[in-house]
Amino acid sequence: MQYSGASLLMELLSRQGIGIVAGIPGGANLPIYDALGQSDLRHILVRHEQAGGFLAQGMARSTGKAAACFATSGPGAVNLLTAIADAKLDSVPIVAVTGQVASPLIGTDAFQEVDTYGMSIPVTKHNFLVRSVSELLEVVPEAFRIALSGRQGPVLIDIPKDVQQARIDLDSLPAPGVADPPPEPEGGLLASMARLIASAERPLLYVGGGVVASGAEEEVRALSAACGIPVVCTLMGLGIMDPDDPLHLGMLGMHGSRVTNLAVDRADLLIALGVRFDDRATGSLAGFAPRARVIHMDIDEAEIGKIRRPDISAGCDVKRALWRLNRLVARTTREAWRAEIDALRREYPVALPADDSHPGRLAAALAEAAPEDAIVTVDVGQHQMWAAQSWPVRRTRSFLTSGGLGTMGFALPAAMGAALAHPDKTVFVLSGDGSLLMNIQELATIAENNLDIKICVFNNGHLGLVRQQQELFYGKRYVASRFHAQPDFAAIARGFGIPGSRIAMPRDEGALARALSVKGPVLLDIAVPETENVYPMVPPGKSNIESIWSHGGNA
Amino acid sequence: MNSLPNTIVKLMVKNHPGAMSHITGLFSRRGFNLEGILCAPVAGGAESVMYLLVRNDERLEQIVKQLRKLYDVRSVTVQDDLDHTVFDRIEQLLNDA
Repeated sequence: MQYSGASLLMELLSRQGIGIVAGIPGGANLPIYDALGQSDLRHILVRHEQAGGFLAQGMARSTGKAAACFATSGPGAVNLLTAIADAKLDSVPIVAVTGQVASPLIGTDAFQEVDTYGMSIPVTKHNFLVRSVSELLEVVPEAFRIALSGRQGPVLIDIPKDVQQARIDLDSLPAPGVADPPPEPEGGLLASMARLIASAERPLLYVGGGVVASGAEEEVRALSAACGIPVVCTLMGLGIMDPDDPLHLGMLGMHGSRVTNLAVDRADLLIALGVRFDDRATGSLAGFAPRARVIHMDIDEAEIGKIRRPDISAGCDVKRALWRLNRLVARTTREAWRAEIDALRREYPVALPADDSHPGRLAAALAEAAPEDAIVTVDVGQHQMWAAQSWPVRRTRSFLTSGGLGTMGFALPAAMGAALAHPDKTVFVLSGDGSLLMNIQELATIAENNLDIKICVFNNGHLGLVRQQQELFYGKRYVASRFHAQPDFAAIARGFGIPGSRIAMPRDEGALARALSVKGPVLLDIAVPETENVYPMVPPGKSNIESIWSHGGNA
Repeated sequence: MNSLPNTIVKLMVKNHPGAMSHITGLFSRRGFNLEGILCAPVAGGAESVMYLLVRNDERLEQIVKQLRKLYDVRSVTVQDDLDHTVFDRIEQLLNDA
């Protein structure tokens, strides 16, 4: 059978299970779009390439499967890079296909030519510049294998226009790329870990995105329950534990609760699973879990010893390792350690201010109003931390946020991906007035596809987390953190054809319920206090037990 | 020339136009020091052998682990026993030029 490079690409993507591709056409990828029009793939026309990357991320993060996006050469590819870098830091498997100027023009500063290959090296897991149509047969399955194997991540395929147009005769097509079998832990190591756990008086599980990627949440819950081990999680690890489980201590680190960070401080054994000792989680390293021996398991061998040298470690798949470890550990309840934590809980209760307008209460109220199986995407800033603290995340892959790169503008396009991958579910966007503006053009895409997305804007008229840091650490010198012109987001939504209203909570609880009861997109612009801060907060450079609790106060 | 204790990391690399960028990019991206590179094609040009002169400090283990993750890198070995003078002779060559 004869293919063009572009039609071969469509066929190979389809064989990888790709049913939806997000992107924007342009000069250097028009052959790809021509072939796309004749394929079964569904295309979502986003309004900015970055949003195409985040849409693919929303699909991948909510399903665990690889997703794809398209962009043209030059500005198209460069616009995509932020979303690719974001996927790299949060280990999200996406495959980005960019058009490139025709091979003879490469290196001539041709129209819309940039060195996409060179620019994407540091932000991808791997990248390819395809030099001939036959290379596609190897490159496309390899791209998916790489994206899905080991520690997952983004792969970019740059295809010159002449390669998209070149013809090739093929009798058969290669097998789709699949994840390599994950590395197994050594049995001896697991036995040593079981002994270390048995001898610990104050063990603590510290779990993150790697547990989610591995699908090991049941194994973590089982280990915690069998050995009476409390669990702290990273932002990426929310949902691994049932928020109602008494052994769940919530998110640690910069905005973690006092109890959570004190538990880490007192622990004599830290069982670190699928985590990378990120600075937002650890605070000052010297003060992080200073009394603890460390067990570290991560599928990326390079994470082991990168920040904290473990006592026992395994570069392996967490799920398989825990499945075996759970058969080796001795069951125990650890009454004393649990009583100590309960005492901490009584001493430092996690209580939001009584004020009903507090944004944490708003996040909790929205969670209450959301269907039990809703997916929420969260942008970056104060509202992100209030959501992390107050939205009870009951399942993995249901709370999607830009953890590593912290990209404002993530939530709206990521929600589109989640909604497309889960047409049966309601998707909530929690955003801020700063973050929303960074990809607000996607309201057009949402309207065009009538996606069931409830956009909730925590509107404080500020870059709130910047304002907060200027208040606390820069002598209240507020520079460029206040928006003097504040757009009418509800009117903007209506301008895009999406119902929008401006509400105040809890006064307009009825309006909220009505908005949520209608299927389809809606935007709610919700005023929150302009100068509310996220607490607790660990000042930069301090250890996690030196958190600030309130205006001017130290705990 | 070696005022700092250096060692040599030997890589076998898939030979294609982007491989060198991936390796040098890793060093700049992660702030690793790279004192010298020697590279030559082997196996009829399908692979290259690269010798990297790097500091033998506490970051060496992380350098090796990150190099192992690169797609084009087939093998990584730390060659403690290798004669550093090959790099010294290059410096001599450059001084003479």
